[in-house]
Amino acid sequence: MNKIKCECGHINHEGTVLCEACGKPIKENQHIDGNDQQKVLEMRYEGSARRSKTYKRTFIDKTWAFFSSVKVGVWLIVAALIAAAIGTLYPQEEFKNSVLPSSQFYEEQYGLTGKIFYQLGFHNLYSSWWFITLIALIGISLVICSIDRFVPLHRALKNQKAKRHEVFVRRQRFFSESENVTEDEKNKLIERLKKKRYKITEDDGHILAEKNRFSRWGPYVNHIGLIIILIAGILRMFDFMHTEGYIWVREGETKVLPTTEQQYYIKNDKFIYETYDRNDERFQEALKNEEFDVPSNFQTNATVYKVKGDIIPGQEPELEKVTSGSIRLNEPVTFDGYGIYQSGTQLKSEYKTISFNAETNNGNGLGGFKFDTNKDKRIFKLDQGYQVEIKDYYPQFEITEEGPSSFSKYPRNPGIIFEVTGPDIEKERFFYIDESVIALNDNHTINLSVEDTELITASGLIVKKDYSLPFFLIGAVIFMIGVAQGLYWHHRRVWIHPKGEQFLIAGHTNKKLVWS
Amino acid sequence: MFKNKKTRLVFRSVVLSILVITTILVLYINSLQDNPILAEGDPAEDFVLERLDNGEEIQLSELEGKGVMINFWATYCGPCKKEMPYMEELYQKYQDQGIEIIAVSVDKNRMVIENFYNRYNLSFPLVHDKNGTIMELYNVQPLPTSYFINPDGTIERVVKGPLTLDRLETYFKEILPKE
Repeated sequence: MNKIKCECGHINHEGTVLCEACGKPIKENQHIDGNDQQKVLEMRYEGSARRSKTYKRTFIDKTWAFFSSVKVGVWLIVAALIAAAIGTLYPQEEFKNSVLPSSQFYEEQYGLTGKIFYQLGFHNLYSSWWFITLIALIGISLVICSIDRFVPLHRALKNQKAKRHEVFVRRQRFFSESENVTEDEKNKLIERLKKKRYKITEDDGHILAEKNRFSRWGPYVNHIGLIIILIAGILRMFDFMHTEGYIWVREGETKVLPTTEQQYYIKNDKFIYETYDRNDERFQEALKNEEFDVPSNFQTNATVYKVKGDIIPGQEPELEKVTSGSIRLNEPVTFDGYGIYQSGTQLKSEYKTISFNAETNNGNGLGGFKFDTNKDKRIFKLDQGYQVEIKDYYPQFEITEEGPSSFSKYPRNPGIIFEVTGPDIEKERFFYIDESVIALNDNHTINLSVEDTELITASGLIVKKDYSLPFFLIGAVIFMIGVAQGLYWHHRRVWIHPKGEQFLIAGHTNKKLVWS
Repeated sequence: MFKNKKTRLVFRSVVLSILVITTILVLYINSLQDNPILAEGDPAEDFVLERLDNGEEIQLSELEGKGVMINFWATYCGPCKKEMPYMEELYQKYQDQGIEIIAVSVDKNRMVIENFYNRYNLSFPLVHDKNGTIMELYNVQPLPTSYFINPDGTIERVVKGPLTLDRLETYFKEILPKE
């Protein structure tokens, strides 16, 4: 290793620009300004040797040098920014909200650009291996850049001497030369500096006044914060730190909560939907031009249960109430580390019950019955020995090539075929659709009619557990401390350099000049 | 900070390897999240449901020693209905050789399953996952989805989407118990 000995006697590392001790520019390393003797000195990193710039021998050293470059770091950040921005152009795969597979969805929906978007993997950008690699490279660059700058800077500031080389003092931005300065005046200056909370060190009549050195560590504190945020992001990938699931629960329904290892169930007791009152004076102006009512509240009154004991999935579990409450937008119900958030509504979209009335052609009432879409009761007894049997039931009726069928299991548009039998009639068939009943026999003696329907709402809920947030908070706080430390305080130094009868005084503040 | 070049090289190597290993671990964990909880090779989660035809309970773990096909289906799913006759045909052929089928219907209302069952004349066990608990357990997204379970209880194959008669027979042979 080549060492450079300065004329003050201090031994500097190869690559040093300004002597660590006396600040004299080292000739062969002053290439930055072409050894111009008049120019203001470049004070970055105290002119210390950033090692990455010097040793490039082994593979490890070369890799290290690559990541140590701020230029590389900046380009990595730019690349990640551009990629992240492109990822927002079209919806990510998990939000595409379509039954089409991704291979078709993006092309059909967005044309050629959509196809390219999909083929380059932007549809799953934020969990794609190359995006994660890019973020990881930024992390690596952050760590290595910080080590490579913090260590030499720290050493240079520790080694600095009050006695500086004349060239160093003369080539500071703020410099003055005074003749015939008395001892009194000198002491007064020192007193004033002390009052301004400068720390004074003296060496052979040379004086260094310094304050706020800690401000120089700001960027590194800031980077530690960023690294903690990255670590929090890694922790978030583990199930014990963070899980998220989505579930639709109908009113009156009890379902197992996803991502809870089948340990918790939720019951939707009631869904409440409210709108702003048009007659309320406060809202009249705002609602004047609204065609539809404006919702003011989406609320699920829910009860959460925990499974008692060990059960085999599929068995009816014994449930123990954990909590109950109203889940509103941004007002989750929380229990055992989980939070349940209101996030979707299918308002009055499904039939719960349909009530029918039966009578004979000549007006004799035969009573009524109530069909419950959730129960598999087939036969309903009517008065006078008549009875109704459900022959076929299609929860969401549609006609396909193969005849009548159901589009889903949800009773959004039930189609029911009834058969009525009685003491003095043949079998008579009826078809219920769209809240009315059609007789399927030409000569029917019975009439069925719809008396009432009851609609229910399906509530979409997010189930979330997130223990990683405190880590993000700690990282963010340290990040901000670093920002404040580096930007609201400034490292200031004043050198007093006696030279015979003369006094050379120079000042330096670590703060970019905006007007030069 | 460093006495010599060697310590610096060691320091750099250690820091770089920690960073690179962390990156590789993150990529590995991330790749795991794309896979379903129940992947091929994992043990199949046990469950118990009541048979619709005779009311007896059927439990997956009690079928150990047999090759089991778990077929998630619903009456409103067209392709599911199409593969039912294939399953019936092969069930007749392979039942004696130790193949069992559990058809898990995820319908809501039992009536619609009964109507379907009577129409198609099926003989393999049919169970009803009324609340979607088993569907959630097996992370079933599209219908039909079929799990083929080895006699030792591990998952041999997961098939999302409909099956042809040929493919179904090939998969049955994969999970056929060896005598």
